[in-house]
Amino acid sequence: MPAETPARRRIRRRTLSQRDARTGFLLMSPTLLIVLAVVVLPLLWSVLIAFQELRLLEIGTASPFQSLTLENFERVLDSGELWTSLGITLVYTTGSVLLSITLGLIAAMAVRKPFRGRTFVRAAFLLPYVAPVVAVTFVWRTMLSPQFGIVNEAGQSLLGWAQPIPFLSEAQRTLEILGASFPVPTALLTAIAFEGWRYFPFAFLFLMARLEAISSETEEAALVDGASPLQSFRYILLPQLLPVIALLAILRTIWTFNEFDDIFLLTGGAAGTGVASVRVYEFLTVQRNVGAASAQSLVLSLVLILMLALYLFLMRKRGERL
Amino acid sequence: MTAPATPTEQSRAPSPRAAAAPPARRRFSRYRIERRTLGVLRWIVIACFLIVTLLPFYYMVLLSLKPIESLLRNPASLIVTPAEFTLRAYQQVLAPVSAGGQGFGTFLANSAFVAVSAVILSLIVAIPGAYAIARLPFFGHRQVNALFLAAYLFPAIVMAIPLFVLFTRIGLRGSLVGLVLVYIAQTVPVAIYMLRNYLETVPVSVEEAGLVDGLSRLGVLRRISLPLVLPSIMATGLFIFMIAWNEFLFALLFLVERRDSWTVSLGLSQLSGSAEIPTTVLMAGSVVLTLPILLLFFSTERLLTGGLTAGAEKG
Repeated sequence: MPAETPARRRIRRRTLSQRDARTGFLLMSPTLLIVLAVVVLPLLWSVLIAFQELRLLEIGTASPFQSLTLENFERVLDSGELWTSLGITLVYTTGSVLLSITLGLIAAMAVRKPFRGRTFVRAAFLLPYVAPVVAVTFVWRTMLSPQFGIVNEAGQSLLGWAQPIPFLSEAQRTLEILGASFPVPTALLTAIAFEGWRYFPFAFLFLMARLEAISSETEEAALVDGASPLQSFRYILLPQLLPVIALLAILRTIWTFNEFDDIFLLTGGAAGTGVASVRVYEFLTVQRNVGAASAQSLVLSLVLILMLALYLFLMRKRGERL
Repeated sequence: MTAPATPTEQSRAPSPRAAAAPPARRRFSRYRIERRTLGVLRWIVIACFLIVTLLPFYYMVLLSLKPIESLLRNPASLIVTPAEFTLRAYQQVLAPVSAGGQGFGTFLANSAFVAVSAVILSLIVAIPGAYAIARLPFFGHRQVNALFLAAYLFPAIVMAIPLFVLFTRIGLRGSLVGLVLVYIAQTVPVAIYMLRNYLETVPVSVEEAGLVDGLSRLGVLRRISLPLVLPSIMATGLFIFMIAWNEFLFALLFLVERRDSWTVSLGLSQLSGSAEIPTTVLMAGSVVLTLPILLLFFSTERLLTGGLTAGAEKG
C-alpha cells in the first residue's frame, strides 16, 4: 500500500500539468484562430497575389489559383518611381524617428523632477499621440493653409515673410542663409515635423518610465564627486537610457517606414512626399492593379522583416521573453 | 540668466579662499552655472512643449466656435469675441444630410458601434488567451507569443490589400461587421500583451490556493484573477477603444462608397476635401471626433500610461 502512493501521485501530477496544457491551448485557440484568419492567411495570400495578374474589377470573381507571373515585380521594380519613393521613405523615416526620439528625450528630462502641475503637463504632452489622426492632420492643414492659416498669418505679420509659404503643397524651395542658397524639400520637412510632433509622446512615455526606474544612487555619487548636471546626464543617465532608445528607434522605424495615414491625410502623397505606402494605395485605387499593389507592399515587408528580426534579436539580448 | 551668472562665478575664482583648492572650486562653479541655466531652460522647454502640443487643439475648438466669415476677415485672431460666438457649426455638422447637415450624428453612432463591439469582442477573446500565455505551459507557447508580437508590429498597409480582396470576396466589405472583425485582429495582439503583463502580477500562490480548493483553471481565472486585475482590464479596453475609434485606413478601404456607414474619422477625411463645406463646420466635426477620446484619456491617464510601458522599465 505505501509503495503505491508515490506512483499514484506522480500520475496525478502529470495529468494536472497535461490538463493545464490542454486548457491553455483551448483558451488560446480563439485568439490564434482570429490572428491566423485575419493576419497570417491574408499575408500569405498577398504573397500569392503579388505573383498574379489581378485587376480591381476582377477581385470578386478571379480564382485564387490562377497562373503565376513575375510581371508585377517587373512593373514595380523597373520604374524609377520605386527608388524615388523608397528614397523619400528613407529620408522621411530617418528624420521622423530622430526628431520624435530627440523631442521625447528632451521632454522626459524636462519633467523628470516633480513640480506643481506635473500630472497635467504629462497628460498634455501625450495629447498629440492619443488624438485621432484625421482630426490632427486636418487642424495642421488648416493652420498651415496659405489662405487663412494662423502660421502664415503670424509669419507674415510677425516674422516679415514676403508671402505665405504653401507648406504642404510645395515640393521644394530655396533657402538663402548667409548668401548661400540651399534647396529645401518643404512638404517633406513639414511632414517630418508633423511626425515629430505626433510621435514624440511615444518616446516620452517610454523614456519617462525608464527614468523613473533608474536609482538615484549613482547620480548622487557623481554629484559628490563633483559632476555637473550635463556630465551626469552624459555619463550616467544616457548610457542607462540607450537600450530603451535603441528599442524605440527600431519600433518607430518599423511603423514610420510603413506609415500611410499621416502622409495621405496631410499631402495625399503630392509635392515630393510620395512615400512607398502611399504608392501601394495608388496602385490599388488609381491604377486598379491589385497585383502590383501587392508586389509593392511585399517589397515593403522585406524591409520590415529585417527590422523585426533586429527587434527580436535585441529583445532576446535584453533577456526578455517574447 | 547665464550671462550675468558667469562673471560672478569668475570674479569669485581668484579670491584667496578659492585659491586654496582651485580644481574643486572650478568644478563647483561649472556645476552652479549648469544647474542654474538648466533650471531656467527647463521651464522654457516645458512652456514651449505645452504651447506646441496644446495650440492645435485650442485652434480646433476656437475655429469651431466662430462663423467662417470672421475667420476669413481676421485669420490671425486667437480669441472668440462674444459677438461672434456661435454653436451653428455644431448644429450643421451633426444634423442629418436630409436636414441640410453633414450627418455626423450617424457617423458617431457608427464609430461608437464599431469601437464598442471591438472592445467587447477583443477582450472576450484576449482575456483567456492572455491567461494561457501568462500561466499555462502549453505546446507552442513561445511560437504563439512571437506570432502575436509580429502581428502587432505588422503595419496596416501591408495587410490592407489581401484583406480588401478577402472581404470583397466574402461580401463583408462595406459592412461595419467586417470592420469590427479587422479591428479585433488588429487589437487582440496588443491586448494580449498588456493583459499578460497584468495577469502575471497576480501571485501564483493565490491561484494555487484556488486550485487546491477545487476550482478549475477557468474557475480560477473567473473568480480569482479577473477580479484582481479588473482596473487593468478596463485600461486595456480603453486602449482598444482608442485604436478602433481613431482608425482610418481600413475604414477608408472598406466603407468609402457607403456614406451611411462612414465612421467619424472617415467622414471628416472625406468631407474635408470638399470646398463647399466651411472649415469652421469641419472643425466642429474634428472636435466631435476628438472629444470622446480626450475625455476617456484624461479620466484614465494613470491607468493607460502604466499599462503601455509595462515592458519598458526593465531597460
